[in-house]
Amino acid sequence: MFELRQLTHHYDGSEVLRVDAWAAAQGEQWLLLGPSGSGKSTLLHILAGILRPAAGSAGIAGQDLSALSAMALDRFRGRNIGIVLQRLHLLPSLTVAENVQLAQYLAGLPQDAARVQEVLAGLDLADKADARPHALSHGQAQRAAIARAVVNRPRLLLADEPTSNLDDSRCAQALDLLLTQAAACGATLVIATHDQRVKSRVAKHHQLGVA
Amino acid sequence: MNLVRLSASYLRARALNTTLQVLLFALGIGTITLLLLATTQLDQRMRRDAQGIDLVIGAKGSPLQIILSAIYHLDVPTGNIAYKQAKEITAHRAVKKTIPLALGDSYRGFRIAGTTHDYVAHYGATMATGRLWQKPLEAVIGAEFAARTGHAVGAKFAGAHGLGDGGDAHEDADYTVVGVLAPSGTVLDRLVLTSVESVWAVHAQHQGIHDIENAAAQMKDEEKEYTALLVQYASPLAAAILPRYVNNNSEMQAASPAYETARLFSIIGVGTDVLRGFALVLVFSAALSVFIALYNALEERRYDLAIMRTLGASPSRLMALLLGEGMLLAGIGGLCGIALGHLFTELTGMAMRAAQQGTITGWIWLPEEFFVLALAVGVGALAALLPAWRAYRTDIAGTLARG
Repeated sequence: MFELRQLTHHYDGSEVLRVDAWAAAQGEQWLLLGPSGSGKSTLLHILAGILRPAAGSAGIAGQDLSALSAMALDRFRGRNIGIVLQRLHLLPSLTVAENVQLAQYLAGLPQDAARVQEVLAGLDLADKADARPHALSHGQAQRAAIARAVVNRPRLLLADEPTSNLDDSRCAQALDLLLTQAAACGATLVIATHDQRVKSRVAKHHQLGVA
Repeated sequence: MNLVRLSASYLRARALNTTLQVLLFALGIGTITLLLLATTQLDQRMRRDAQGIDLVIGAKGSPLQIILSAIYHLDVPTGNIAYKQAKEITAHRAVKKTIPLALGDSYRGFRIAGTTHDYVAHYGATMATGRLWQKPLEAVIGAEFAARTGHAVGAKFAGAHGLGDGGDAHEDADYTVVGVLAPSGTVLDRLVLTSVESVWAVHAQHQGIHDIENAAAQMKDEEKEYTALLVQYASPLAAAILPRYVNNNSEMQAASPAYETARLFSIIGVGTDVLRGFALVLVFSAALSVFIALYNALEERRYDLAIMRTLGASPSRLMALLLGEGMLLAGIGGLCGIALGHLFTELTGMAMRAAQQGTITGWIWLPEEFFVLALAVGVGALAALLPAWRAYRTDIAGTLARG
């Protein structure tokens, strides 16, 4: 589904990331492991197409990202990639449903209110559709952010440290949601984490060393 | 979801700021609209009233006063001119046509003007009801006079001496309304018209002549006076001859409506320039407050913008979002301002109508108002330009990494 080869990236001349080869098939679920500073977020940003690597190639769904213009890359990202960031950040001026609908709009896809409701219902947020983000608990906000990431049925779902700062039961719940939601839309899932509790739940691991 | 709704959601989120900015825009644009409506109507009105009148001849005095009293019926006349001298002017080869005016009396603040049927024809006015005056003390009333006093054909009223309210009434000389003019949008709307002979007859009572019907015939030519003579030139060349001829060879004074109204507008112009400058300062401070608000909000919205990029928004989409915010705000302010301007103009017009000077209404629409709205929206876009440019340049990976 995606294939990375000879990928490197550096900030201010010092190398922060090196991936010799990593490939995943459609629908697979992966953990991206490594200590802080090993470049997990950087690699996630490259996979998301919001950062262009200094060298090497990144292909997603058969598309070489470096071959896309900036505008085509934005479009590709909106339609094919869902991202759940560590800081969930829903837009405070919009309701939960509007935040999810925004993903359809910005991806240039038809706005389908029924799909928005379906996704919210699947994440147990149907009654929070018209709530503002500041009225949500952390768990609800995380589910809203997952809803926003999966509403366009992405082919690749990325999550950055989704379980940090969560107690054990919430950690397990968050992980369950990501696994089931990714499976529901057939997306390849990559979870970047340094949380040891997650390791046993996902079989495929990609380990980054300190560069 | 679309850009306008997204922009509007941010405007709603900081409602207090938004209200202040809309208010500033509305006050500035409102003042500009008021000026536009008022000066356009005054200008139009003054042009229409002076149209086709090349020269006004009155008694020696201020030429501006002659124009104001004889054409616009706003000021008191400078005095009277001798009938015989007026006849000489009428016979002059440079003159195509003259219309005499005999003023001096009024009714409830509306002027009674003794004149000829030519005066009505000059403004192209038509009768709403009744007919033009034929005999002494028959009067034709303007549309606004009729509306304000409730008089119709058959009504009788006595003129009062002087041009304001409260002069001595001419008790034994009642005018009878024989006709009402249709509204013409000219000075005629505010006048009572009668024959020159009527005015003479009413004033001849002071000299002991009480036979109204034949008073004019009994008067000697030396006793007859006009207040002013409206003159139409026979040729453009007359402009070079006639004023000098009048000013040098008689006790009369010639005044050019074109020149005097231009002078009047240049005097009023100073006031409107100051007001316009004030309005532009308001619009500028509105723009500045929009700029500051957007620029300050950019820091806290940096993450919002980065999120929108991860959802597939292109940088130009973000730029459009911020520009849209500025333009939406200015557009709402502009529309409120135009509405406010019309309201102010109508209120001004109502105050003027109460003083019998009704020439302005707020309920007209000018095509220039679209330019005023465009000006507001343009200023709004300009104020949002720099914040929008910074949104365009947002470094998403960097912003997300910093958290």
